[in-house]
Amino acid sequence: MDTKVEEITHRSRILQALEDQDTSASFLDPLESEMILNMGPQHPATHGVLRLLVKLDGETVIGCVPELGYLHRGYEKLAESCTYHEFIPHTDRLDYISPLSNNTAYTLAVEKLLGIEAPPRAQFIRTIISELARISSHLLFLGSLAMDVGALTAWMWSFREREKLYDVFENLVGARFTTSYTRIGGVVQDMTPTAESMVREFIEAFPEKLEECEKLLNRNRIFIGRCDGVGVLTREQAIDLGVTGPTLRASGVHHDLRRALPYLIYDQFDFDVPMFEGGDSLARYYQRMAEMKESVKIVRQALEKIPPGSVHAFKPHNVLPRKKQVYTRMEELIHDFMLVNFGIDPPDGEIYFSIEAPKGELGFYIMSKKGDGHPWRFKIRSPSFVNIHALPTILKGAMVSDVVAIIGSIDPVMGEADK
Amino acid sequence: MDNQTVLERLKSRLGNALLESREFRGELTIVVPKDRIADVCSFLKDDPELAYDFLSDLCGIDMFTPERRFGLIYNLLSLRNRHRLRIKTFVEEEDPKVQTVSGIWRTANAHERETFDMFGIVFEGHPDLRRMYMPEDFEYYPLRKDFPLMGISGSLPLPKK
Repeated sequence: MDTKVEEITHRSRILQALEDQDTSASFLDPLESEMILNMGPQHPATHGVLRLLVKLDGETVIGCVPELGYLHRGYEKLAESCTYHEFIPHTDRLDYISPLSNNTAYTLAVEKLLGIEAPPRAQFIRTIISELARISSHLLFLGSLAMDVGALTAWMWSFREREKLYDVFENLVGARFTTSYTRIGGVVQDMTPTAESMVREFIEAFPEKLEECEKLLNRNRIFIGRCDGVGVLTREQAIDLGVTGPTLRASGVHHDLRRALPYLIYDQFDFDVPMFEGGDSLARYYQRMAEMKESVKIVRQALEKIPPGSVHAFKPHNVLPRKKQVYTRMEELIHDFMLVNFGIDPPDGEIYFSIEAPKGELGFYIMSKKGDGHPWRFKIRSPSFVNIHALPTILKGAMVSDVVAIIGSIDPVMGEADK
Repeated sequence: MDNQTVLERLKSRLGNALLESREFRGELTIVVPKDRIADVCSFLKDDPELAYDFLSDLCGIDMFTPERRFGLIYNLLSLRNRHRLRIKTFVEEEDPKVQTVSGIWRTANAHERETFDMFGIVFEGHPDLRRMYMPEDFEYYPLRKDFPLMGISGSLPLPKK
């Protein structure tokens, strides 16, 4: 009875307040309550199906819980019943912003398990495509971060450049998006002179275009204001949380797998590993801009040095033969039959191999058993998965309007985080 | 730092906690008993010479053998020495429990949740052991070898209209 009376008087007070028009009242007192805000999974600015539960005190974030799994496809389970060749197309769907980089990482991991190596020309091509994938991924970062803080032009301009890159990929690979370009022991097809000149053309024109984008943002007061000092991740926190890639280097840790544990032919090139001390969104932006310039340097050197020769290792038990030879020669037909039906047979063993993917350390742990044509255990160490779990730390104390911009500056891709 | 130096130091410091060691493709793997895993990890992180301050990856594995059903794999990296080390430990099917290392490297928090989700291995002392990918009321552990690839029908009910 009492509560009913109270409710009526409360409601009448609100009606009175509405009539007065110059007072405001609500059923819940905002000063005394914390609010849980649900962001995603259907949210245009969360880079896919990321769901965040954000606990707010007024406009300040006091807690955050990332919820993953909306794009979980069970690739690790699937890999246990795929031959090593069959899994290559699935790697495209991990970080779908830079599939070429994933292809490279996967084949390098399997090659390490088998103890074989691709010929030099294939290694050069892999380096070139990894760096182009890095540029493509960072361009998407640039566009989306700028759009998250309200600058639409940079989005248009960076996508114009990405479009040119996709044209290069189309000529090089035959597909724009899901590339599946690398093969165990090489790449699927050689880089044609046309593709080579397209890469060269892109690389020559790109630094200028990047500068245009920088001119839009680097002295833009709104952009700087939205990014400077926002979402700070300190050096110790970054190492403790296992953050990798540009996000780690923007927090002042000089760690890049291309330098720390060199793979492919990165030790032959002259390039810098940029590093910024700020640890905030702005530092992460500068970091990626600097990395794109270094990638241009690497691609330019690789194009100069690229040797002629085959792009497939001669390892008939492990490397798929060329289709033309399968149709015309007996030996190749037999190997093709065995590789397609039973797969590669690696020795008993386990390896962990990781590359510096655009988002961070992309690693594969593979455990194989002799006699099985497929991995016994296949684990994907995805950089986005780990970086997303740094969000609760980064977001603590931030404003709710900065949440989207901070997610943008971390640059996660859910295809990879959810596996 | 090379594998031999690391292994010698580990032998002298870990004593009987070092059950096995193996080198394959230049990667060093050591096996430790499951009740020593937290000690070994905190030693490896804090040791001034080894300094494995970065946990790259942590994952589970289903060996599907009666004596060693589940395994846990810790891939460590020393940022200063630029050296990788893999630690393995095994737990039985009846009692799949192991101490958490999320207090040593905070990144282990997420990896351990994922391992719990996929294998049902319980990490004792973990601050927030929930499922990572699968729904909270899902009854099975998908990466176990006895879970079929096609899934179990009815285990994931479709939402009602």
